[in-house]
Amino acid sequence: MEMQTVKFYQTGTFTVGNRLLAEDERSVQANMHRTNSLNSGHRACQGCGEALGARYAIDAAMRSTSGELIAVNATGCLEVFSTPYPETSWKIPWIHSLFGNAAAVASGVAAAMRVRGRSAVRVVAQGGDGGTTDIGFGCLSGMFERNDDVLYICYDNEAYMNTGVQRSSATPPAARTATTPALGREPGNVFGTGKNVPLIAMAHSIPYVATASVANLRDLERKVAKAMTISGARYVHIHVPCPLGWGSLPADTIKVARLAVESGLFPLFEAEHGEITGRTPIRRKVPVTDYLRLQKRFAHLFNVADEPRIARIQAIADRNIAKFGLLETPAHG
Amino acid sequence: MDKPFAITLDVGSSLANKTGSWRTSRPVYVDRLPPCNHACPAGENIQSWLYHAEAGDYEAAWRVLTLDNPLPAIMGRVCYHPCETACNRGKLDESVGINSVERFLGDEALKLAWRFEPPVRDSGKRVLVVGAGPSGLAAAYHLRLLGHAVTIIEAGPLAGGMMRFGIPKYRLPRDVLDAEIQRILDLGIELQLNRKVSNILDTMHSGAFDAAFLAVGAHIAKRAYIPAGSTARMLDAISVLRGMEGEDKPLLGRRVVVYGGGNTALDVARTAKRLGASDAIIVYRRTREKMPAHDFEVEEALQEGVLIKWLSTIRNMADEGTLTVEKMRLDDQGFPQPTGEFETLETDSLVLALGQDVDLSLLDDVPDLVIEHGVVQVASNMMTGHAGIFAGGDMVPSERTVTVAVGHGKKAARHIDAWLRGGRYAPPPAHKLAAFESLNAWYYADAPKTTQPVLDLARRASTFDEVVRGLDESTALFEARRCLSCGNCFECDNCYGVCPDNAVIKLGPGKRFEFNYDYCKGCGICVAECPCGAIEMIPETI
Ligand SMILES: Cc1ncc(C[n+]2csc(CCOP(=O)(O)OP(=O)(O)O)c2C)c(N)n1
Ligand code: SF4
Ligand SMILES: [Mg+2]
Repeated sequence: MEMQTVKFYQTGTFTVGNRLLAEDERSVQANMHRTNSLNSGHRACQGCGEALGARYAIDAAMRSTSGELIAVNATGCLEVFSTPYPETSWKIPWIHSLFGNAAAVASGVAAAMRVRGRSAVRVVAQGGDGGTTDIGFGCLSGMFERNDDVLYICYDNEAYMNTGVQRSSATPPAARTATTPALGREPGNVFGTGKNVPLIAMAHSIPYVATASVANLRDLERKVAKAMTISGARYVHIHVPCPLGWGSLPADTIKVARLAVESGLFPLFEAEHGEITGRTPIRRKVPVTDYLRLQKRFAHLFNVADEPRIARIQAIADRNIAKFGLLETPAHG
Repeated sequence: MDKPFAITLDVGSSLANKTGSWRTSRPVYVDRLPPCNHACPAGENIQSWLYHAEAGDYEAAWRVLTLDNPLPAIMGRVCYHPCETACNRGKLDESVGINSVERFLGDEALKLAWRFEPPVRDSGKRVLVVGAGPSGLAAAYHLRLLGHAVTIIEAGPLAGGMMRFGIPKYRLPRDVLDAEIQRILDLGIELQLNRKVSNILDTMHSGAFDAAFLAVGAHIAKRAYIPAGSTARMLDAISVLRGMEGEDKPLLGRRVVVYGGGNTALDVARTAKRLGASDAIIVYRRTREKMPAHDFEVEEALQEGVLIKWLSTIRNMADEGTLTVEKMRLDDQGFPQPTGEFETLETDSLVLALGQDVDLSLLDDVPDLVIEHGVVQVASNMMTGHAGIFAGGDMVPSERTVTVAVGHGKKAARHIDAWLRGGRYAPPPAHKLAAFESLNAWYYADAPKTTQPVLDLARRASTFDEVVRGLDESTALFEARRCLSCGNCFECDNCYGVCPDNAVIKLGPGKRFEFNYDYCKGCGICVAECPCGAIEMIPETI
């Protein structure tokens, strides 16, 4: 990781800030004057990973664009908890249209800015996993294929949370949701073929694709900042635990996200023009059970000691680790 | 109405929605007692001086350190650093090399001639300190800083006590000792050498002292009855070590046997080696596990070629230097018992290192004193049974180390000061201990590879002082930065960053943080992600 070149041993760049680093080497979130794009008073649940991820990402984008940013939001928790009419938590220009059209609306806003000669203004589109990997997928693919100048951010909490935890194409195998109850011979979500939208985005050969996690702020900020240096279609997929939908403790949101990364279930990587250019190595590898155990949506795996299906989940993690080289130390590290 | 179509209300802010009302428990910032501070017999605020050292502000670090201990360069060499044994980082990789950083700060201070700030006001009270060892010097220092006029009376020819006459030069160079003593005396403390106090009440009276602190040390060697021929060369450890300070070094011969198992026995054996002995053999009646000497000193002595005979007692010594040694075995209670098996050992001299007693004759005429097991009993304020006479160091019941002595000096000074003002000194209430379990160790960086060899060096320097010199600036900085800041905010900004509700207010450098309870929902992420365990969740009372 190039961000680990900072020579400081106490907490390195693992913590949000670091009093011994120069101001410009610190994270955006450490700054007393960060935008706080998503302000206090929003109605997200206690410990909401999506609220946290959105502030991390948009504050970083705000710094990169010197505040010249417009956000387009798909329907979903982030939209609902931040903007109950007439209140808004957004401290930046923000527009919501429909559940499935955020990418298309963002393409339109970018075009409008270009037409009006305000090309310094950049556009971010954002939505949940349902709004991105399912209903908004057509618009998103179009935005990619046309290489519109939009950064699309997906906040992946692995289900349709806003309407009561229904399964999406991003819901992991075995997870219990309202529509995949923990009943029958194979409780929870099916072991499907998977639908990895970051890899699909890469298949469009767009200039930049990255995955990120609320458990690794410096990595997340660096990726958003990098995305903002690039024109054309960009995609950042952020893993954001949902205490309510996952049945995890609100206090454990970052811990759960961290275990997803450290187990290999949520690989952190980035790609340019369809080629993987970087991956964030696992620091201390853990078995998937460390991650699963903290979440009630997986409780059925442990109630009857469902070893075979736990092994299948472990196999997914192991495959990620091998595929993305997550245990290799980076060459320049 | 110039609002857009279908819009009837002005844009409002979610700040109107005080989500703090959702909360059932609230995070609060706490300070906890770091285990290093807790373990320090001198009561140093180690974490706090490391904090300054981490930023490279060594003078500030030294000033915080010397609030408690005026002898860092000495302490950085001779302290057995219980702080490092207690250090939480030991559970992560290896404990922070606190002792070596202390030595670095002490040396830096001597190099750059940092001075103590003299007191601004004089109290008008006079305090007598008897004994210029670590305890007496520490007491004098603190009493002087509190504004009292201090006179130290010392029986020996030089100040330093056991630091000079008990600790060999290879562990404590005398220029370091002299410089740190002089800096204390420079505060305006009177030192009278070569004067033995024979009657403390008389001395206090004639010098018009308002209080006295006694710290005469334990300088009388304990004897054991060993039948010996008239020309057999038998000495005691203390006089050997004291002899090392004079012109004529003690004559020990080629083969030296030292009897005893404490640090002094090791010091003598190692000194004998340095004086050119080919054999230096320690005879000790119990096992290595039972040996009171510190492990690292045993290790160093063994590396230097000192031999140790475990489970052995000396029965007699013949004129020609033949020792009869009896093998022992440990009984069920762990006590050594004779076996009746003997062997002989050839030696030029036998040095007894069997512990020391205190010369308490200066107290002979003082009423109301309690003396037990050869030491003076003191109350929790270090005062003896006689009002106004306080005591510390080796002459009161406690572990006999320089660090403990320095701690006594400080503690006694605070109580003497309060007593002189007609009050009682009440120490601030101790915080709860910062246990390893309260930390979120994830956040602490592993030492980067490129600097790992230096880390090893740092480790070595803290335990092989006479072999490896002190840390240099970069390694000292590295060591300081390995501190986890257990239990006390070090402004890592984690709470400020991880709150999904922006409910943490950053107050700016050095000012830490504050919660905005109007919006804090009580999720507890800040508590979980605080690396050093400086936030606690407490239930809301409704
Ligand atoms: C076309 C359409 N279908 C259904 C809905 C109802 N709806 C609103 S939000 C939502 C779920 C959003 O899920 P996701 O995109 O994953 O975001 P999350 O709430 O999980 O953050 C649904 C189904 C809608 N608003 N519009
Ligand atoms: S993270 Fe924020 S909302 Fe959660 S307990 Fe801490 S201050 Fe409160
Ligand atoms: Mg979702």
